[in-house]
Amino acid sequence: METLLLLGFILVLSIFLGLELISKVPSTLHTPLMSGSNAISGIALVGALVLSADTQLQTILAFAAILFASINVFGGYLVTNRMLKMFSKKDK
Amino acid sequence: MDFQIIQNVSYIIASALFILGIKRLGKESTAVSGNFMSALGMFIAVSVTAISFVDPLVAIVGIALGAVIGSVIALKVKMTSIPEMVALFNGFGGLATYLIAWSEFTNGNLGAAQHVLIMLTVFIGGVTFSGSLIAYGKLSEKISIGKGSIISNLFVFVLYAAVLFLGFAVATPWLPEAIIFSNYFIFLLGLALLAGIGFVLPIGGGDMPVVISLLNSLSGIAAAFAGLLLLNNVLIVAGSLVGASGLILTVIMAKAMNRSIGNILFVGYASAASTSAKTQEQGEVKPITTDDAYLILENASSVLVVPGYGMAVAQAQHVVRELGELLENNGTEVKYGIHPVAGRMPGHMNVLLAEANVSYDLLVEPDDVNPSMDTVDVAIVIGANDVVNPSATEEPGSPIYGMPIIEVHNAKTVFVLKRSMSSGFAGVENPLFFRPNTRMLFGDAKSSISALVSEFKD
Repeated sequence: METLLLLGFILVLSIFLGLELISKVPSTLHTPLMSGSNAISGIALVGALVLSADTQLQTILAFAAILFASINVFGGYLVTNRMLKMFSKKDK
Repeated sequence: MDFQIIQNVSYIIASALFILGIKRLGKESTAVSGNFMSALGMFIAVSVTAISFVDPLVAIVGIALGAVIGSVIALKVKMTSIPEMVALFNGFGGLATYLIAWSEFTNGNLGAAQHVLIMLTVFIGGVTFSGSLIAYGKLSEKISIGKGSIISNLFVFVLYAAVLFLGFAVATPWLPEAIIFSNYFIFLLGLALLAGIGFVLPIGGGDMPVVISLLNSLSGIAAAFAGLLLLNNVLIVAGSLVGASGLILTVIMAKAMNRSIGNILFVGYASAASTSAKTQEQGEVKPITTDDAYLILENASSVLVVPGYGMAVAQAQHVVRELGELLENNGTEVKYGIHPVAGRMPGHMNVLLAEANVSYDLLVEPDDVNPSMDTVDVAIVIGANDVVNPSATEEPGSPIYGMPIIEVHNAKTVFVLKRSMSSGFAGVENPLFFRPNTRMLFGDAKSSISALVSEFKD
């Protein structure tokens, strides 16, 4: 229970940090920012990797969770990068 | 024991990289490095976790397969369909948390706190998954069921029922055993998925960007809950960062469309029926041929190009750039009026024009161009509709009244390139088409502009 309270503390602080983190975002970056933070929510992959796999059902669930979270992570970062590359051309 | 310390230190580093990454993604000059930092954080967090996974084969095969699928989709997809892809990826993330919570439930022997977290994670993860799939379907125009249809109403009803059932499922540890039926968890698994459908189905396609941003925020919250469940701090930090910053981004995006979140989720665009009767009789539509359009353009001294989703569909950005360059060589001043929400996602048009190598300083926002609109000789509207609809400034009864628009109707002449007379994504009539200074150039945007380009070359 003590661990849970400590983690709850982290949760609350992270939420406040997240609320302050972005404020004035130019509209051109709305989509890349959404896509980039979507890739971060693929952190569920870490959760999928610590699942127990004692029964067959659990193994299947863990595998599927790892698979889908990985798609989220890889796809998310690559799409974001591709979008941002388009913008960076303007520097030329 | 030592390994656990290494793992936790790595998690701290990863968390810091996520925070920096999101921060830097919000500024143009640092966005690329921000994305790279957050990817590095993800790599660190995943690597130190993967090492300790009980069954390395399952982990490696799962990650490798996911990497291949995700990369292929991300690299093969056309720039025009990127909005759908973000929705799809987000849905997969939600599905992962849903499966995590399910797997934890099968462990049995749950404390009260764990029980509550599992129920909430399953529900939010499920809603994110199915909701994102519906958003994907709406954006790619595979799903056209909208608000008010029987199917949509049915799913909204299921959504309410599912929320009630979630309350029951959360409360089971404190309820008398007599009223708890054994398979309630299976019901929750199913209802969570149906609830996501009911959540997104009634919302109009034009509001999908905001909905995807909200679903993105939800998947972050689901990940944070999963982190509490698994007692994993990096999951909590990353999840709540995404959840909270996603919520702020959702509000920012809704503001750009002059809508409130509540209005988007629960009201939607009012039926256009009440206003369409008035606008019907505004006059007649005046078509124009490319020959005549060419003659007018040749004598114009300033031209404003206003692209919309139609340009994306027709893949016309390259010919548009070519036309712009020809006009400039002819001594015409060319600017591109970019509405923040033109297309299917904020910044959609910027991405497309950047892809076609249109110089960044030629892109102007509505606030910059509207005051001097009467000096513009020709405004070329390419497949845009709602973002140039004068009803938004002139008709208080219009469903889109108050939305900022590019006021092309104040330009001397307006060319509207359009496939047909159908209304825009918001389903609202556009009186612009009936204005005396408007000329309609019907047909596919790409071929119309190609025709203009070849006229200039001759």
